[in-house]
Amino acid sequence: MRKRPVEERIKDFEEVALGFSKEEAIAEATRCLQCKKPLCINGCPVQINIPKFIKEIAEEKFSNAIKTLKETNSLPGICGRVCPQETQCEMFCILGKKGKPIDIGTLERFASDWEIKLDQRPKAKSQEPRAKNQEQVKLAVVGSGPAGLTCAGELAKMGYDVTIFESLHKAGGVLRYGIPEFRMPRDILDSEIQYVKDLGVQIRCDVLIGKTFSIDELFEAGYKAIFIASGAGLPQFLNIEGENANGVYSANEFLTRANLMKAYDKQYHTPIKIGKKVGVIGGGNVAMDSARVALRLGAEEVYLVYRRSEQEMPAREEERENAKEEGIQFKILTQPVRIKTDDKGWVKEIECLQMQLGEPDESGRRRPVPIKDSNFSIPLDTIVIAIGQNPNPLIPSSTPNLKTGKKGTIEANEAGATSIEGVFAGGDIVTGAATVIEAMGAGRKAAKAMDEYIKNKL
Amino acid sequence: MKLNEIVNKKELAPSVKLFDIYAPNIAKKCLPGNFIILMVSEYGERIPLTINDCDRAKGTIRIIVQEIGRTTQELGKMKVGEIIPNLMGPLGHASHIEKFGKVVCIGGGVGTAVMYPIAKALKEKGNEVITIIGAKTKELVILEEEMKKISSSVHITTDDGSYGKKGFVTDALNEILSAQKIDRVFAIGPLIMMKIISEITKQYSIPTIVSLNPIMIDGTGMCGGCRVSVGNETKFACVDGPEFDAHKVNFDELLHRNNRFAEEEQHSCKLQEK
Ligand SMILES: Cc1cc2nc3c(=O)[nH]c(=O)nc-3n(C[C@H](O)[C@H](O)[C@H](O)COP(=O)(O)OP(=O)(O)OC[C@H]3O[C@@H](n4cnc5c(N)ncnc54)[C@H](O)[C@@H]3O)c2cc1C
Ligand SMILES: Cc1cc2nc3c(=O)[nH]c(=O)nc-3n(C[C@H](O)[C@H](O)[C@H](O)COP(=O)(O)OP(=O)(O)OC[C@H]3O[C@@H](n4cnc5c(N)ncnc54)[C@H](O)[C@@H]3O)c2cc1C
Ligand code: SF4
Ligand code: SF4
Ligand code: FES
Repeated sequence: MRKRPVEERIKDFEEVALGFSKEEAIAEATRCLQCKKPLCINGCPVQINIPKFIKEIAEEKFSNAIKTLKETNSLPGICGRVCPQETQCEMFCILGKKGKPIDIGTLERFASDWEIKLDQRPKAKSQEPRAKNQEQVKLAVVGSGPAGLTCAGELAKMGYDVTIFESLHKAGGVLRYGIPEFRMPRDILDSEIQYVKDLGVQIRCDVLIGKTFSIDELFEAGYKAIFIASGAGLPQFLNIEGENANGVYSANEFLTRANLMKAYDKQYHTPIKIGKKVGVIGGGNVAMDSARVALRLGAEEVYLVYRRSEQEMPAREEERENAKEEGIQFKILTQPVRIKTDDKGWVKEIECLQMQLGEPDESGRRRPVPIKDSNFSIPLDTIVIAIGQNPNPLIPSSTPNLKTGKKGTIEANEAGATSIEGVFAGGDIVTGAATVIEAMGAGRKAAKAMDEYIKNKL
Repeated sequence: MKLNEIVNKKELAPSVKLFDIYAPNIAKKCLPGNFIILMVSEYGERIPLTINDCDRAKGTIRIIVQEIGRTTQELGKMKVGEIIPNLMGPLGHASHIEKFGKVVCIGGGVGTAVMYPIAKALKEKGNEVITIIGAKTKELVILEEEMKKISSSVHITTDDGSYGKKGFVTDALNEILSAQKIDRVFAIGPLIMMKIISEITKQYSIPTIVSLNPIMIDGTGMCGGCRVSVGNETKFACVDGPEFDAHKVNFDELLHRNNRFAEEEQHSCKLQEK
């Protein structure tokens, strides 16, 4: 796939990956062997019929391809861009055994972009209202990230009257406030949200469930079942000295200022302060995004500080490559121990320990062990902590009887049912920070389970 | 009435304005100490403001705003009938109100507006409320009448002596503390004021509550921008606060943190004046 040249792309927030032209897409699709037993499907959490949609692209039947995709994935334009394909569908592709696997993600993205750009999208139409005494059944969804949007869309297609409650002033969840525009253009997101609205879903922003309304109050207001998809929005910190210094952001704050509040655009009023030297702590997608945002906001040097080696980094391969190409400097096997400040409380430098890899830990990755007396410092103006997010405790703590797991996740069964009748949950709030496609899969499953629940109750 | 419509507006003092806003869901359940987050335009910042009062029957909430920067100035220009584009709440923990006995409530500047609903609730619980209002100058003294109705006495200090006693709220507090036994102190105002009050009441071992005003964005516990150190633990003021035990708060750290964007804010104001 083509990408914009580095010198050009690091100056703005426009998309880096350019996708396939029609010819490129057809050429790539033709490479697919159309396996009798397509292994690729096993790698897709929502079991897209991959050979079928690829064949349809090869035959230039793009509208069929998008239909096939949407049978199981309502947000192909998003998944084609942000799925970790190299560990999912593409990892299983038979062609990958010897050479290059089919670029399934980019083909998926191509089909979706084709539909959106040519405005080929069939007008959304909800089905027969699922009625009780002529009245449509009202259902509530909490959170407008991929899990919430998918669940709401599916329920609306079944004929329910669905309202999404979102605490921020704009819908989209992490796709809005976390993942930057150069990876997920906002017009794609806006168009996916519009589609869900066209299905009849109402989105009410500025409503914080647990504060504005409790779960019980939603039932009292006539919602017959509720899907909680409030995500993993609680930032983790390192708990080291100096972490509350000026110039230290959680990745959530940093990315929210940049993406949701658009601090990089002069028209918007929310400030962000960046300095010349930025250190991002962590090795996942969130860390890569933060580092690349820092670069685009004008940082001269950006370090990625990670305590294991590059092999253990959870970030997507493609994003790691992009980050390196753009000049992000990886400081691997490096563990921060202290942040030093000047007399006005601003970050001056970070003191770190050099690490080496020891025995594998529970996650199967080799555990980093400090090397004695290896302390050294990196001078920095800004530090972004991107070491993970936990579920936001607001809903569990304001909903008695809602069972939670160890890390504050909501406990739900395979279908999404929680310990409270009529309350379902899915996405990051159940699994802990995971992926867009898994969140969508959970939203889909929960929609089915909610439909069955309502049918049994009526 | 439309959701988030401004139904009443009043100027309490130069650059201090009161708004009643139609927000029935918030009015229904807000408690003293709760706040909201609002935006004045699509391009604006999200800023926190305390709910000063509410009328559950009419479905309105009251906010009192001091114009100190771009967002609060733009809000100050909004008129009755206009709609606030985004408004979310009620946020934060409500104040812990019980019968303590004799309490001193101190409001510095617009902090008096934040203090009023708490003082009122304290009075309703059977406490004797002694109020201290501090302001730079006479015309910035707000809510004097309202406070008088619920207080056994109201002490006013102005920096320039144009009204009440010349001096600071801390002078009035010292005077009260040296004369009688006080069970609890509530202080809301500029950070530096709360810091000094906290140092005074520590000497007398009087439990003291302050309402902190760190810079916030989401107000839901998602960004950590509002974090403060309380008793060596990091707390998120929007969900764990905004009220904390004054004697445990690291005021110096928060004083630094609230200056994080001082340069950018000045810039933002200048742009607007053009
Ligand atoms: C920076 C970043 C980069 C990422 N990159 C990738 C990637 O490349 N590929 C990938 O697959 N995954 C990626 N992820 C992970 C992925 O985004 C998440 O797994 C996914 O968004 C989870 O979806 P969700 O619907 O469960 O929750 P979220 O997307 O978190 O949405 C939850 C929504 O609920 C709202 N909410 C929370 N509490 C309440 C409440 N009480 N009342 C009302 N609303 C509430 C929130 O404001 C939010 O809008 C990334 C995550 C981040 C942060
Ligand atoms: C929980 C809470 C409740 C509040 N209640 C009220 C209220 O009832 N009435 C009221 O008038 N104000 C209240 N504030 C303060 C109010 O939020 C700020 O005045 C406002 O955010 C300033 O925005 P601005 O764009 O107008 O000014 P900016 O241009 O952002 O800032 C101007 C100046 O104010 C300082 N500043 C920035 N943010 C804050 C802040 N959060 N608190 C204090 N100083 C700040 C800056 O350092 C700068 O010097 C409250 C704050 C919190 C956290
Ligand atoms: S949704 Fe993700 S995993 Fe499934 S086929 Fe598309 S890119 Fe692959
Ligand atoms: S495994 Fe690869 S080659 Fe086979 S059908 Fe799937 S994408 Fe095509
Ligand atoms: S304002 Fe973001 S966590 Fe408190």
